[in-house]
Amino acid sequence: MGRYVLRRLLQLIPVFLGTTFLIYALVWAIPQDPFAGKCGQRPCDPSYIAEMSEKLNLNDPLLIQYFKYLGNLLTGDFGTTFNGVSVGEQIATSWPITLKMGIIALIIEALIGITAGVLTGLRKQGFLDNLVLVSTLFLISLPVFVTGFVLRLYLGPQGFDWIDTSVSSDPSIGELILPGFVLGSLSMAYVARLTRTSIVENRRADYVRTAIAKGQPTTRVVGVHLLRNSLIPVITFLGTDLGSLLGGAIVTEGVFNINGIGGLIFRGIQEKEGVMVTGIVTLLVLVYLLMSLLVDLLYAVLDPRIRYE
Amino acid sequence: MTQPLLEVEDLHVEFRTRDGVAKVLNGVSYHVSAGETLAVLGESGSGKSVTAQTIMGILDMPPAFITKGTIKFRGEDLLTKSADERRDVRGEGIAMIFQDALSALNPVFTVGFQIEEQLRVRRGMSKADARKRAVELLDQVKIPNAKGRVSDYPHQFSGGMRQRAMIAMSLALDPELLIADEPTTALDVTVQAQIMDLLAEIQKERDMGMILITHDLGVVADVADRISVMYAGRIVEHADVYELFRAPGHPYTESLLESLPRLDQKGQELKTIKGLPPSLTNIPSGCPFHPRCPRAFDRCPTEVPAVHNLGMGRTSRCHIAEEVVARG
Repeated sequence: MGRYVLRRLLQLIPVFLGTTFLIYALVWAIPQDPFAGKCGQRPCDPSYIAEMSEKLNLNDPLLIQYFKYLGNLLTGDFGTTFNGVSVGEQIATSWPITLKMGIIALIIEALIGITAGVLTGLRKQGFLDNLVLVSTLFLISLPVFVTGFVLRLYLGPQGFDWIDTSVSSDPSIGELILPGFVLGSLSMAYVARLTRTSIVENRRADYVRTAIAKGQPTTRVVGVHLLRNSLIPVITFLGTDLGSLLGGAIVTEGVFNINGIGGLIFRGIQEKEGVMVTGIVTLLVLVYLLMSLLVDLLYAVLDPRIRYE
Repeated sequence: MTQPLLEVEDLHVEFRTRDGVAKVLNGVSYHVSAGETLAVLGESGSGKSVTAQTIMGILDMPPAFITKGTIKFRGEDLLTKSADERRDVRGEGIAMIFQDALSALNPVFTVGFQIEEQLRVRRGMSKADARKRAVELLDQVKIPNAKGRVSDYPHQFSGGMRQRAMIAMSLALDPELLIADEPTTALDVTVQAQIMDLLAEIQKERDMGMILITHDLGVVADVADRISVMYAGRIVEHADVYELFRAPGHPYTESLLESLPRLDQKGQELKTIKGLPPSLTNIPSGCPFHPRCPRAFDRCPTEVPAVHNLGMGRTSRCHIAEEVVARG
């Protein structure tokens, strides 16, 4: 096991280098003047160009540029934007908000999705089953911004006024529950369906019959024997989903006016702030890589038949 | 005569599916006393496992429906009991072991956990006590190095060891009756004999009743006291094991015995029972065995044979049972 973890960690290095280099190249190797439109209507001042080119290592070959950037990253320096704002500071304020929202979304989708999946998987073809199948299909076919706008409009002050849908610049967990729900809604539908299929597949398994024959209470038969086996594919999905949630937060953040990573990256792309874009995407890549490693390790814990040698 | 531990009386079970109603059990009756082994013999689909599952109360209902009959355990009818009361009987009164121990044991929990679970949940034992008892049980079923293996997972055991672990688990709550549903079918021949010996030994030691479900005549001869032969959801013959092997009282049993390979017939073609077991959605009229029976005559397709009492607790559902026994 220890050797496996070590090998997986070592594998992370080339993947990390490859993806970040690709992003860096895509952002900086574009055949366009990086200073175009950066100084309003007039062309930029030559001294400013010289200074920024020096700072961004734009005169070096791409590979050298990349390694210099990477070196700075490793010391925690994300660089600055064209108008001298620290990217690291921007990320530091936005990152926790998006992360918080992503984790809330993950918890909501796991709780509701798994519960719905278990209930419908156990009682196939009842009213509840049809209700969940139809509502998940509905969620899957609706774009997230529609779900977001509709919920915000109807639950908020302009609609039934049940909750305050505005989100402050430093949002609390309570404020992020509705956006988190919207963000996780699509995956929640998938989790419900995945759990349902898995439960249906396993509920007739021999070991479930054994547990019943042993006279174990139904709650234990389902909650311990059936669930543990059925959740293996679901956990895999949930683990890799955190990365998608953080990267996909951009739409939800737009709908609810949240000052998160999504907005930051969107503005970064629009204003051609290469430093900003590479910085954030690098972080997202890291989250993806670590989560997939975590899932692989968790997999071995959940299913003892899988052993990494 | 003392009251039998388990008495199954005229049990009828049907499966209502989209393709029609399958009459799986059509009046099964048998009984087992403490310290006694009853073998239930029959082809696949004859209803021997369904009877066992009905006794345990682990049939999927629906599609299965119990339409008639009683199952008395210690004199009380299990079928009129509540779900909770029936659950208390499972494991504690009647325990069951299954054919394929690899799929019957939960793959994601250790063997120890699955034994301890019984003791902790049903008996309220502490974790440490349950572990100690689990090791004892594994030791009783002769698993070498039980202390070290208790925390292994089922897939780390060999086939025979897995079935031993399964037996240990079924013994955890000291049941009075053990139902073994083809316990050796998935094992190779040498291991089969070991497992059967173990079951016989444990049964004697604990004075348990045992129902041994099998299609293997060889297994039966060694350990059973009495045999019930099933065909198309009915008991067609019931006899003491020696009597049955000496002189079968039903043409079906006779054919089964004849289809056993024998050394003195080496080189000759193996005798088989012609035809296939009947479809349970369309059971033949009269005696269900008549289309395959070498002794069938004009009464067989029209009249359902009554139970013929052949003395010494022997019964046969054949019109000419007396004649068949005498010829044997």
